[in-house]
Amino acid sequence: MAAGGGSGVPPDRSGPADAPDSPRIGVDEWVASVEGKRERYTGLRGRLTREWDHLPPPARVLVFAIPAAIFPLVTTEGNLFRYGLFTLIYALLALGLNIVVGFAGLLDLGYIAFFGCGAYLYAILASPQFGYHWQAEAAIPVIVLGTAIVGLLVGLPSRRLFGDYLAILTLFFGQAFVIFVNNANRISFPFVGHTDLTGGSNGIANIDPFNFFGYKIATTRQQYYFLLIGVSVFLVLLMFVNDSRTGRAWRALREDPLAAEVMSIPVNRLKLLAFVCGAAAAGFTGAIYGTIATAALPGDYDVGLLITIYAIMILGGFGSIMGIVVGAVVVSSVPELLRSSANARPLFYGAILLALLVKVRPWPRLVAVLGGLVAFGFAAHAIASAAYPRLVHGHAIGSGVFAHAMNHWMLLPSHHEKIADVAYVFLIAAVVIVPQLGRLWRTVLIPPLLYLVMFVWENLLLEQIGGATRLILLGALLVALMNARPQGLFGNAYVEIA
Amino acid sequence: MTDGAPLLELDGVGKSFGGLRVIEGLDLVVREHEIVSVIGPNGAGKTTLFNLITGLYRPDAGEIRLDGRNLVGLAPHKITSLGVARTFQTLRLFLNMTVKENVMAAQYGATKVGVLRSMVRTPAARREEKEIHRRAEEKLSFFGERLMGYRWNQFAYSLSYANRRRLEIARAMATEPRILLLDEPAAGMNPAETHEITELIGKLRDDGGYTILVIEHDMHVVEGISDRVVALDHGVKIAEGSFEAVATDERVVEAYLGVRGAKEETEAG
Repeated sequence: MAAGGGSGVPPDRSGPADAPDSPRIGVDEWVASVEGKRERYTGLRGRLTREWDHLPPPARVLVFAIPAAIFPLVTTEGNLFRYGLFTLIYALLALGLNIVVGFAGLLDLGYIAFFGCGAYLYAILASPQFGYHWQAEAAIPVIVLGTAIVGLLVGLPSRRLFGDYLAILTLFFGQAFVIFVNNANRISFPFVGHTDLTGGSNGIANIDPFNFFGYKIATTRQQYYFLLIGVSVFLVLLMFVNDSRTGRAWRALREDPLAAEVMSIPVNRLKLLAFVCGAAAAGFTGAIYGTIATAALPGDYDVGLLITIYAIMILGGFGSIMGIVVGAVVVSSVPELLRSSANARPLFYGAILLALLVKVRPWPRLVAVLGGLVAFGFAAHAIASAAYPRLVHGHAIGSGVFAHAMNHWMLLPSHHEKIADVAYVFLIAAVVIVPQLGRLWRTVLIPPLLYLVMFVWENLLLEQIGGATRLILLGALLVALMNARPQGLFGNAYVEIA
Repeated sequence: MTDGAPLLELDGVGKSFGGLRVIEGLDLVVREHEIVSVIGPNGAGKTTLFNLITGLYRPDAGEIRLDGRNLVGLAPHKITSLGVARTFQTLRLFLNMTVKENVMAAQYGATKVGVLRSMVRTPAARREEKEIHRRAEEKLSFFGERLMGYRWNQFAYSLSYANRRRLEIARAMATEPRILLLDEPAAGMNPAETHEITELIGKLRDDGGYTILVIEHDMHVVEGISDRVVALDHGVKIAEGSFEAVATDERVVEAYLGVRGAKEETEAG
């Protein structure tokens, strides 16, 4: 196909649409490079992505739902509560938030308040607080509708706002909710008198389990399967909506509200709709959470949970439905897994090894780094035991081959508190400085730096793994992941062209 | 050529921002199946005119009618649904959506299935979805092979500049308009692409059946497509008529070149 000269090109080019087109008019270099990237994933990864794209939504959900359904069969009730229930609660919450933030692009920081609304509404409808004990089949629709109306009320004044302004307004609403439930134990209603609506800072206790037509959902296992069905159904609904008239309109509004409005999309109405849908989902989740926790406490619906949910969304990738499920699994299970040092050690070293495998290329460099690390350890151990034996008198935490090997390789001082603290400060300084250096210095310094990391880990962090350490590690993991993949694990990289 | 029924009528339309009068007492009639070009130097108020017609701005004075119906005060999405679609000079595509999705999203006003029905994919929702796909493909096929095949699933940001301009037009067509407002469709295009867009605008009228109001700076394009040309300067209509008449109008030359330039021009000619 010839590139058209100055004399003109007919608008209608005959020939098959997918003929290999050589660069011609209108294809600049940058675009050509994008076209090249299209073909980049040819191996297993490319095939998997293509297969995945061709799966219908219900089949995609099964990929997640089948392993999740098997999980209770292979684990204990305690593990199911710790890992399973919270992962699903987080997933459901994040999926609801995804409608507002991921699809419609509205930065909603008051989202947790809707979750709280759901929990408190269920607590009011089904607990000894007022003596009501509603059946779940009646309570759930009322709660979903109620929180949807609250969502509408919050959305109305903010329907003209975008970005930071909307964030501030919704954050205000979120905080107002916490203050309200903390103080709504002495409201004076006309005709009724003083009423204890929310139990104040004590919350509402002894919430009933869900009771569907006399069938109670009381055990952890039942709650888990109920939640799993809820998440699976919600996933399918979301995938359908995402690929529908409304979903496209939401995404158009996220991309460019003004252009969307001019393209016949009623922007204000769709913003309200997103708010209402998100609020309804959060209210539903809140009701479930109320039955699981059996109490509604004001502290549960504060900024901490909001940050967790946003972390899940960011990790999974804004707008990516399955990414959010993976994000929920990671964010809820990593801190739990890190509670015991037996789990924490393989996770920690596994993560370091994985990061090295991904980041250090080509492979001779990787071999050099790993070899350097091992050699550095033995050298440090030998020098220390010769010159200053106190540095190697301690013992690694735990037992097994790995801990045994550590005793011969890692510096383990008998009184390690002070030296480990100092090393920790050094480590932070080193982590800041090393990336600023040139490539050669970085390569040379990686083994000592890794050794320092492991030294701090073995002598300081591993001991306190149940406490602050796991959160520090989760934070570090998120920082590292976001630097490696700003769009999240499964998100598409967003492109802005002014 | 100019004897169709009047489709878009502006009556004494005025708009000012603070003390700055951008459009003043503008009368304009666009008849059915007509291609009218709006020309004028930068800042003449051409894009403001489009913003007024599409409802992004509300005129301070005057009336804008589409097929006899007053558009003043209606929300922009409503005006679009009534049959006025536009493209943007600065290109405002939904960049992180695919080519086809861009065109499908613009059919919102022309379709009706709501969020609940699409959640459970009722037969009606599925039928409508199929229709949306069909219409999107039809609009995209208007541009030959430019936006066909694998490009459907490409993100809009990966398109070349010229293809983005084409996609803007396809997206505007997807709202099922009666009149298309094209804001500098040939801006930033090379001569061959400019020629192509000129032919395309003719085809939009002849095959697509659209009435077209176009802002354009490239006089070759204006000459090639226009049934009628309207020249604006400082928000006032200074000339109207055939391309030849407007291009040689003293006031138009003056507006573009300044008073001294216009004098030299007449002396040279």
